[in-house]
Amino acid sequence: MKINLKINDSPVSVEAGTTILEAAEQLDIHIPTLCHLKMDCLQIEHRSGSCRVCVVEVKGRPNLAPACSTPVAEGMEVHTNTLRAINARRTILDLLLSDHPKDCLICPKNLNCQLQALAQELGLHHLLYKGEQSTYNKDLSSNAIARDLDKCIMCRRCETACNVIQTVGVLSGVGRGFEAVVAPAGLKPLVETECVFCGQCVQACPVGALSEIDYKYPVWRALNDPTKTVVVQTAPAVRVAIGEEFGLAPGSISTGKMVAALRKLGFDKVFDTDFAADLTIMEETSELIERIKENKNLPILTSCCPGWVKFLEHQFPDLLYMPSTAKSPQQMFGAIAKSYYAEKIGVKPQDIIVVSVMPCLAKKYEASRPEFSHDGVRDVDIVISTRELADMIREAGIQFAELDDQPYDSPLGDSTGAAVIFGATGGVLEAALRTAADWLAKEDLQEIDFKAVRGIKGIKEATVTIAGLELRVAVCSGLGNARKLLEKIRQGKANYQAIEIMACPGGCLNGGGQPYHHGHGKILVKRMEAIYEDDRNQPIRKSHQNPAIQQLYAEYLGEPGSHFAHKLLHTHYFDRSKK
Amino acid sequence: MSCQCQCAATSPTRTPEDAAKFDELGRFIASLNVDAIPDRRRGYLIQILHRAQSIFGYLPEEVQEFVARALNISRAEVYGVISFYSYFTDKPVGRYKINVCTGTACFVKGAPKVLNEFKARLGIKEGESTPDGKFFLGALRCVGACSLAPVVMVNDKVYGNMTADKVADILKECGE
Repeated sequence: MKINLKINDSPVSVEAGTTILEAAEQLDIHIPTLCHLKMDCLQIEHRSGSCRVCVVEVKGRPNLAPACSTPVAEGMEVHTNTLRAINARRTILDLLLSDHPKDCLICPKNLNCQLQALAQELGLHHLLYKGEQSTYNKDLSSNAIARDLDKCIMCRRCETACNVIQTVGVLSGVGRGFEAVVAPAGLKPLVETECVFCGQCVQACPVGALSEIDYKYPVWRALNDPTKTVVVQTAPAVRVAIGEEFGLAPGSISTGKMVAALRKLGFDKVFDTDFAADLTIMEETSELIERIKENKNLPILTSCCPGWVKFLEHQFPDLLYMPSTAKSPQQMFGAIAKSYYAEKIGVKPQDIIVVSVMPCLAKKYEASRPEFSHDGVRDVDIVISTRELADMIREAGIQFAELDDQPYDSPLGDSTGAAVIFGATGGVLEAALRTAADWLAKEDLQEIDFKAVRGIKGIKEATVTIAGLELRVAVCSGLGNARKLLEKIRQGKANYQAIEIMACPGGCLNGGGQPYHHGHGKILVKRMEAIYEDDRNQPIRKSHQNPAIQQLYAEYLGEPGSHFAHKLLHTHYFDRSKK
Repeated sequence: MSCQCQCAATSPTRTPEDAAKFDELGRFIASLNVDAIPDRRRGYLIQILHRAQSIFGYLPEEVQEFVARALNISRAEVYGVISFYSYFTDKPVGRYKINVCTGTACFVKGAPKVLNEFKARLGIKEGESTPDGKFFLGALRCVGACSLAPVVMVNDKVYGNMTADKVADILKECGE
């Protein structure tokens, strides 16, 4: 049913249930918002109506109405920019700022803060309200997520991300009145909680209350240490997002510029996590085929995503036999760099520093897991996010957008289209299917697009036929979706042979370390399109056809799944549930 | 059965007394048939926390965990509710819970003097318990007995027409 109303005297006709905010968007009328977060492509909506920044005047209604959570009504007459609405907004913002630090210059969200942007948008230059400010201890307990609750504006977007979307349930509104704060149970530091460090709360936070733990300085130090060989690996999803930090359109494939920038920063070798993604496919697919042949421990679950792995360890300890034992591409890269590559260039593993650039904050945690260290030497030494790399490029004065494309170094920079798609939900499974199909059919198949597992939808289910074998597969992104599927499996209500799971909705392209999307879902769709475009552009699109991978097995590892490959490239999982 | 975790029965560190308390709480939760209406399970939280606090005296982490699992909600959410309501406490409190009413009627009839006398004699502030775990001192807003103002409650017993002089007698009554 259509509802007719007028906003700022312009008529508009919208579906019943539409909010004033959405109706105004159709007229290109902008109403400022702060706590509101809505991403249609991910079915995410946070409509707490708590900040009241979006108030508008509705004829016949005595009080102002919050546009984000007021449904339209027939004959409604809305005015968005009357003096009363403007004054109310300014007062609300003034009150918000009265309990917010003003040290924007040194805030990690400087120029990326929606509160700062709002202050600019509303042209607020004088503050009327002065008084006590709430202060809390900073939580720097983890090596992934920093919490600085002095900056929290209680919009509760992080709670929606943690509890509703991810169902991790670590954050809640705690306390009352002026002392109220968003925190874990018992006000515990994050590191003592079931937090999986996916960083979706950081993406959701409009201000600087949540950010990443910053590892830029250790990277600068490593780059300036003449005794170390410093190599860098870049995850698949970074290349389709980093351009946004430098004014390139969302969905720009910036691989060549990024490689050039990394060389200018001083990395000795610029390598690609995509190489290790191809390696992951070799190990994971041979495990998949083995499990299917033996009809044992099915379904196999992907294990690339450290947020998802930690979630499983906390929430589903009875299913620890399900994930592939293959390490994630990041950790495989580290292991190969400090063994095969170290031998190849004749440098001791402890003199090689592996830096990762990841779209992810959980990768910082993953690299610090004790099982990924040997004799005090970590396989991956330092992990920075896409945003941190962008910061370093700016700090070094590199004009990113002007750079000419450069290729990765060989051999750990050689990869395929199958590896690029790891950055989008469904990509890992598709890459595995490409290789499994070839291996089972024993030929070079031409049909390699498995479109049924593509797209941004949270749960995708399909039956695919490869080499005459019917495979029931599923793809989940977002831990809430993963929980739904795993509970079905636990109850015996779902029957699959292979499932890909990524913690972040949409996959790594929407990781907690990516440039802030500020609720613009279209950016994510563009990144996803870019990932598949990059795949199409690659001369080789199957992992097992990567010559550098073939050489690695021939010279060093033997066969996929060999004893040595297991020692180097596989891992195990821990029960982290509370007993 | 609402709690499948069996944490009450199997925890090796629990004393028999504690185990009995968890059993009692588990039976209470089961009697609510919470599982029958999963979408409304949150609505039972406050009721369950009330019972839990009356059983345990306070709401330690283990009890919060137990309730969270029983209702299949996060422990953060349980803690959020506990920290919001001043009635709930996650710290152990004294066996004798002295609550001085400081509602309007009691206030004008001299409740502050009574409260100050308790503070002086017990050496604690409101919201605290004595180190020996015997007394807890709190201030309430109206217990609905304004005709007896000022009112003091010790556990479930009500003392009306209180004066500072009577404080010593009340403390003595508490088994000295």
